[in-house]
Order: sequence, then structure tokens, then C-alpha cells
Amino acid sequence: MTKRKTPMLDELENGKWPSFVSDIKQEAKAREKTNVDLQIPKEVCDDLLDLLELSFTDREGHWKHGGVAGVFGYGGGVIGRYCDQPEQFPAAKDFHTLRVNQPSSYFYKTEYLRKLCELWERRGSGLTNMHGSTGDIILLGTTTPQLEEIFWELTHNLKQDLGGSGSVLRSPNCCIGKARCEFACYDTQQACRAITMEYQDELHRPAFPYKFKIKFDGCPNGCVASIARADMSVIGTWRDDIRIDQEAVQAYVGGEFKPDAGAFAGRDWGPFDIEKEVTDLCPTHCMTWNGKKLGINNRECNRCMHCINTMPRALRIGKDTGASILFGAKAPILEGAQLSTLTIPFMKMEEPFDELKALIEKVWDWWSEEGRNRERLGELMQRMGFPKFLEVCEVKPDPRMIKEPRSNPYIFWKEADVPGGWEREIKEFRKRHQK
Amino acid sequence: MGIEEDKKLIIETLKAKTTKTKFYLRDFNKIFPEKKPREVSKLVNEMVTDGILEYWSSGSTTMIGLKGAGVQHEAEDSKE
Repeated sequence: MTKRKTPMLDELENGKWPSFVSDIKQEAKAREKTNVDLQIPKEVCDDLLDLLELSFTDREGHWKHGGVAGVFGYGGGVIGRYCDQPEQFPAAKDFHTLRVNQPSSYFYKTEYLRKLCELWERRGSGLTNMHGSTGDIILLGTTTPQLEEIFWELTHNLKQDLGGSGSVLRSPNCCIGKARCEFACYDTQQACRAITMEYQDELHRPAFPYKFKIKFDGCPNGCVASIARADMSVIGTWRDDIRIDQEAVQAYVGGEFKPDAGAFAGRDWGPFDIEKEVTDLCPTHCMTWNGKKLGINNRECNRCMHCINTMPRALRIGKDTGASILFGAKAPILEGAQLSTLTIPFMKMEEPFDELKALIEKVWDWWSEEGRNRERLGELMQRMGFPKFLEVCEVKPDPRMIKEPRSNPYIFWKEADVPGGWEREIKEFRKRHQK
Repeated sequence: MGIEEDKKLIIETLKAKTTKTKFYLRDFNKIFPEKKPREVSKLVNEMVTDGILEYWSSGSTTMIGLKGAGVQHEAEDSKE
């Protein structure tokens, strides 16, 4: 029970969606009668609600900006949160957030989740955010003396590390990958784990101008939306042709198989029309259907995935698989949100991922040297220009990196790139070109 | 210059700044223009481990200052 009335917060419970206010109230009630040996004040959730109500009434926040909370040896993983009304709300005077590095693809045993909840009930507020937008398990609200205790229990009993916060490599994140998905072009979990383990120092000790996120999507469907949310997006793709099973195509056309694997079946859309629903929707118009056979001009395919998603039993990704690597998404301060830019059209993704690591390190060295304070990689790329970025990555410009290569092939040549340089024999030139 | 001298230079530079108590890592790079950022960040991290410097985090950005410096930190400490 809250100590005061919270009419403005209560209003937030009226909508048809689940409310975080109801969740906090539920936890506050549970803490009242729990037998757990609580290590932080029992009233923490009550004070949190009252504090929030006060913020709504005052129309200003009552959290101080940032803090120095942390665990020994780590510069990230704990976000200090201090209330600026500690006398009024003593139970929520410090309410630190912990970021815990999530297991790849969020695979948990229920036993693990119970242990995690038990730990957070005992040593924290009991409130969690599964998962934050970076992907971490977010544990919301504990006191300063509990931080080291929680860290010890997490690492020793749950074998679980903290994640990244602040100017570090944030916890790498990946889609479900080959664990359950037939579209996965590489093992996203293996790549995610390899990069997490390799760059422990960068994850825990702030050494960058700002945050850096790496996300691994197994295919261009992009289930972790790496193209929009990561400074470095690794997106699965293939170099050869889409595999077609013509008999299965016929089965889709004949109504034997349900399109989209039975999704969107809530209403009657009529019989499946392959032209209307697949070939005509191909963004590069690279598909043909003559009533008997489906054809794909694979050179023109831009991996939109629509045909494969619609007829997964008939069409499959190619066999020569790897990933495209893009850089620079999410630069909200300078120009608003932006998608990442294709830099490496294709890279094989196999252990020990040496090629990938070499690329990451080249980019980090440049960004650490040239990046301004709080400047994301995407903003630096805009400021210095894409040709400079390609130079850093040691790759040559490629038409696939340009959005409209036929209408906008704008490249500044350097003297070293032009045979013979800028100097030329004028007499020879004049033989072919009059003044 | 040896590591101890580098550490001394960092402390002196930070103490000489009267208007700021928290610094970006880039400010430390400026103290050692001849060093690679990676070397400087290792040095800073060592000084954090030694308890000479401390990290301050807003959640999104990390800054570094001399341990105990800064009004906000003192205010927080006095409430503990």
C-alpha cells in the first residue's frame, strides 16, 4: 500500500494495456508480507511510486543526473541513480540500476530465472526490465552497499556477468539464429559470444568517446533490428542463388501449403495468388512466374526476404552463406535517427572470426582517435565522409555501397588511385582532344 | 616518460582545472598527444583501480575525475 494517494499514477492503469504502475503496486504488496530476508528497505516500491507521483505533480524529475556507483574493477554495468528528496523518500534515496549481460538469444532455464528473481527480491527492489533495448537484463533499484554483494552472487552463484553501460562496448546482442530459425545464414549466437568474450575489456572499462553497439542478425529479416539500432550491424546473407523447390511452389499455388506458414490466417484472404502476393511485390522485379515455373534473376535480388518468408517450403536461402557488415546506425543528436551503411558486402562468418575482429579494431582505433566527445560512429562517418571511412576499413568503394549507383555514382578520386596520377603528357592528350 | 610520471602529470593537470571536476577520456588523450588512445585508457583504468581516479556515469556517457572531487559526489557520500 502506498503511503500517500497517487491519483495521477492511478490514471495510467486505466488504459487497455498492461501498466508499469500496476506492476510496481503488485510488487509493493508482495514485499509487505514476504518472508524473504530483505536486504534493502521493504517500502522501496511504495517510495518509488510516491516519488513518481511527486514528479508528475511538480512536473519535474526528482532523480539526480548520473552518479559514481559501480563495482570494483568495472566502469560499466551499474548506473547510479540518486533521489534528490532523500528525506521524503528514504527507501528510494539510492535506486541504482544494474545491467546484466543477457545470454545469447535470451535462452533461460526456469531454474535460472527463479534464482535471478530470488536474488533481486532479496537484494534489490524486485523490479526488472526483461529486456532493455540493448538486450541486457535490467535490474531496477538497489542501494550502494548491495552492489558488490549482488555482483559476487551473480558471478559466483549464477555464473553471470554484468553488461555494458556508459562509454563502452554495450553487451553484444543477437537474434535466435540457428537455434530455431532456418533462415539463419550464420551462427549468430556463436558470433555474439565470441565477440563478447574477446572484448571483455572494452565492455567493462570505458575507453570510447561514447557508446558502441554491435548486433547480429542471422538474415535480412533483422529480428534484432541491427540495421537501425547498432553502430555495427552484422546481417546474414548469401552469395549464391536462392534455392527453389518447384514442386513446393506448385503446392503453394494449389493451396496445399498455407502462405506465410499460416500466419495472417485470422480472416479469409481468398486463394493464394503468387503473382499478386509474391512476384509483383519483388522490389527489384527479379522474379517471373509463367504459370508452371518460378524464376529468379539472383543477380538483381536485394535480399528483401519477402518471397522466402511467404513460401518458406519452396524457397530457401543460398548455400554459400556469411554476412554483410554495416556501420553507423543511430545518431540521434546531429541529424536524427539513421540506418547503418553497407561497408563490407560479404564476409564469411566462421570461428575464430579473425577477419571480423580485425575490422572492429580498425574502426575502434579510428573512432577513438578522431571521435569527438559523445559522438557516435555514424556521426563521425558523416563528418569525415564515407570515402575516409572506407580508407580506415581498408576496403575499396563498391557500387553495392551506394544507394542508387546508376544515378548517384559520386566518387572523389585520389591521385594515387588514377593510373599516371594528375600529370599527363599534354601533346598526347591534344592529339585526341582539341582545345 | 615513465608510468609514474604520467600518473603524476594526470593528477597535476586535473588539479589545475578549477572549473571542471569531471572529464571525458578525450581530455586525457590531449595530455599525451604522442600516445595512442588505447594506451591512455589503460593508464586511466589503472588509476581508477588504484583509487586515484573514479568513473562517473550518466548511464549513457562515462566521465572521469579525481576520486572524491565534485559537489555531487560529496553530496551523495554524505548521505550514505
